[in-house]
Amino acid sequence: MGLQPYLILAACLFTIGLFGVLTRRNAIGILLGIELMLNAVNVNLVAFARFTGETAGLIFALFTISITVAEVALGLAIVILIFRVRRTVEADQLHLLKG
Amino acid sequence: MNAGTLALAALGLPFCSFLLLAVVPPLRRAGRAAGALSIAAIGGSLLASLVLWRTLPRESVELTWPWLPAEGGPMATVGILVDHLAASMLVLVALVSFLVQLYSLGYLEHETPPALGRYYAYHSLFAFSMLGLVLASNFLQMFIFWELVGLCSYLLIGFWYTKPEAARAAVKAFWVTKAGDLGFIIGIVLLWGQAGTFQFSGLFQMAADRTLPTAGLALIMFLIYLGAVGKSAQFPLHVWLPDAMEGPTPVSALIHAATMVAAGVYLVSRVYPLFLLTPDVLALIGWVGAFTALLAATLGLVQADIKRVLAYSTVSQLGFMMAALGAGAAAAGFFHLLTHGLFKALLFLGAGAVIHAVGTNDIWKMGRLYRAMPQTAIVFLVGTLALAGIWPFAGFFSKDAVLAGVWEGGLTTPFLMLALTVFLTAVYMFRVVFVVFFGNRSAEGHPHDVPLVMSGPLWILAILTLGWGISLAASGGGEKAHGPEWIPWLASGLAVAGIVFAWLTYQKRAVSADALARTFRPLYVAALSKFWLDDLYGGIYRGILLGFSRLVGWVDRYLVDGLVNLASAWTLRWGDGLRRIQTGRAQDYLYGVAFGLLLVIVWSYWR
Repeated sequence: MGLQPYLILAACLFTIGLFGVLTRRNAIGILLGIELMLNAVNVNLVAFARFTGETAGLIFALFTISITVAEVALGLAIVILIFRVRRTVEADQLHLLKG
Repeated sequence: MNAGTLALAALGLPFCSFLLLAVVPPLRRAGRAAGALSIAAIGGSLLASLVLWRTLPRESVELTWPWLPAEGGPMATVGILVDHLAASMLVLVALVSFLVQLYSLGYLEHETPPALGRYYAYHSLFAFSMLGLVLASNFLQMFIFWELVGLCSYLLIGFWYTKPEAARAAVKAFWVTKAGDLGFIIGIVLLWGQAGTFQFSGLFQMAADRTLPTAGLALIMFLIYLGAVGKSAQFPLHVWLPDAMEGPTPVSALIHAATMVAAGVYLVSRVYPLFLLTPDVLALIGWVGAFTALLAATLGLVQADIKRVLAYSTVSQLGFMMAALGAGAAAAGFFHLLTHGLFKALLFLGAGAVIHAVGTNDIWKMGRLYRAMPQTAIVFLVGTLALAGIWPFAGFFSKDAVLAGVWEGGLTTPFLMLALTVFLTAVYMFRVVFVVFFGNRSAEGHPHDVPLVMSGPLWILAILTLGWGISLAASGGGEKAHGPEWIPWLASGLAVAGIVFAWLTYQKRAVSADALARTFRPLYVAALSKFWLDDLYGGIYRGILLGFSRLVGWVDRYLVDGLVNLASAWTLRWGDGLRRIQTGRAQDYLYGVAFGLLLVIVWSYWR
């Protein structure tokens, strides 16, 4: 099996994640979408590492995973705080930046 | 001490006094102490000037320091130039300043101490500026001091600034002289462009070597002469001087009679070698001077305010000096400046004594004052005789020299105008003398002679006027030798005729003044309204200048501001429209990012 199927898989994952981020109204759903997009990148990194023989891609993937964990922890904490203050996690209603 | 040190001492003392009075408020507010300091400083100046004048070497002394640095030597220097012209002027300025400051102690005794301190601070500054003007060694420095004396004149005319007329007169004096100064500074800069130096000695050297480019020189000298026209109240810029009489009388004596108004004459005398290269400008100076003399004399005839009579007489005498300079008799003009400085200061201070005693300027409210104020009457008479040009007073010799100079210079019509002016001078001055000191009516109130601090300066000036005249008579009459024999007789005859005429009209009432006014009705009306010159200037100001200002104001308000407002309105509208795309929802922004990324990818493929 060549490189292409992996890349197609990664592209599909990324698109699904992006779709989720753009369409979900729930803040937790948006975070999940972001996870998908990041994992699509991981798939890309690992696939390139496997096919080029460069181990750097594997190490990058490990970094991405750990950073993702931190990001999710922070993101969920922010969502919980927002919920405490605003009593909602609906993204439509969080428009404090409206001009 | 050498000449340079003496001159610097004379210049520095009043400046130190001014500085002390300016930066030490308790001293200034002390009033009489401030006066004492100022008088002491100018007294020292006078002493230094006298020593300098007596011990001056034959050739001129010049000290210079570099000022504006430039490639190949300084562009301008500061320095002092002392020659006989400057030294005599120095003595006159220091002497009259000293006497006037002394006199002011008595004249302004009812002022509050802070006001008196302010007065003396201004006086010290004036003395410094005027001495600096006299000693200036180049055009640039002279211009700076020229403006400084103008400033002092403004400050002192407006000394009683709560009086609206005084404030207006101060502003008028400032603006009218500025109109002339504008020409002066343009002339200086143009001259620098031609000769490359501001230095008098360098310019004179170039004039003597005939290396000064003469193309356009006439225009330059005319522009420089404009400065003198403004300062020395020559027609048509003489209108400020009579109004300047709103200031305290000692100020009029010092600034508007003896020293500052003579600065224009001094300027022309100072740079006379340059004026000699432009005979056309000199002829113009002569004509304008003679015309000014005649015009001001007719105006002096109809004034009821004693100070205004003296003011017009000053304008008239300045015209005499300018006429002499224009005719080529520079020495005679400067000689008249010196004698006139003495006796006109004397007349003003005498008038001040009268005003101080009677409390009004109106000569028709005075009369028979010789009984109440014999001392003042005597010194005023001395001044009047000198002004009228009666032998052996100093004025006789200088006026003679001026007339002879103008005759020799070939300016026949100006000579006739000046001769007529001699007659009119005697008439208007003796009109004042007869009405104020003799006359048939008594003055109101209880006038009395003035205290010693005021009468002292009067006597000193009177003795100088008479003593100088007698010494001139003993030594053969100064400059008289140059003119034809008949000129002194003509001048004296005209003056005596004027005196007799005034006596017949205002003392004996043999000639009715009212009948005269009716006979010369057009002239009388014209003189009463100052030949409508003030109205003309007012009309020009209101009609043309204000009209133009309104036009410029309209352009600024509706055209320039309109463009700015249009730009700001458009910015607001666009901002308002663009605001709507900021929904505040993070996902909408993400849409933007994703869509933008897509566009970039598509564009990079299709490129």
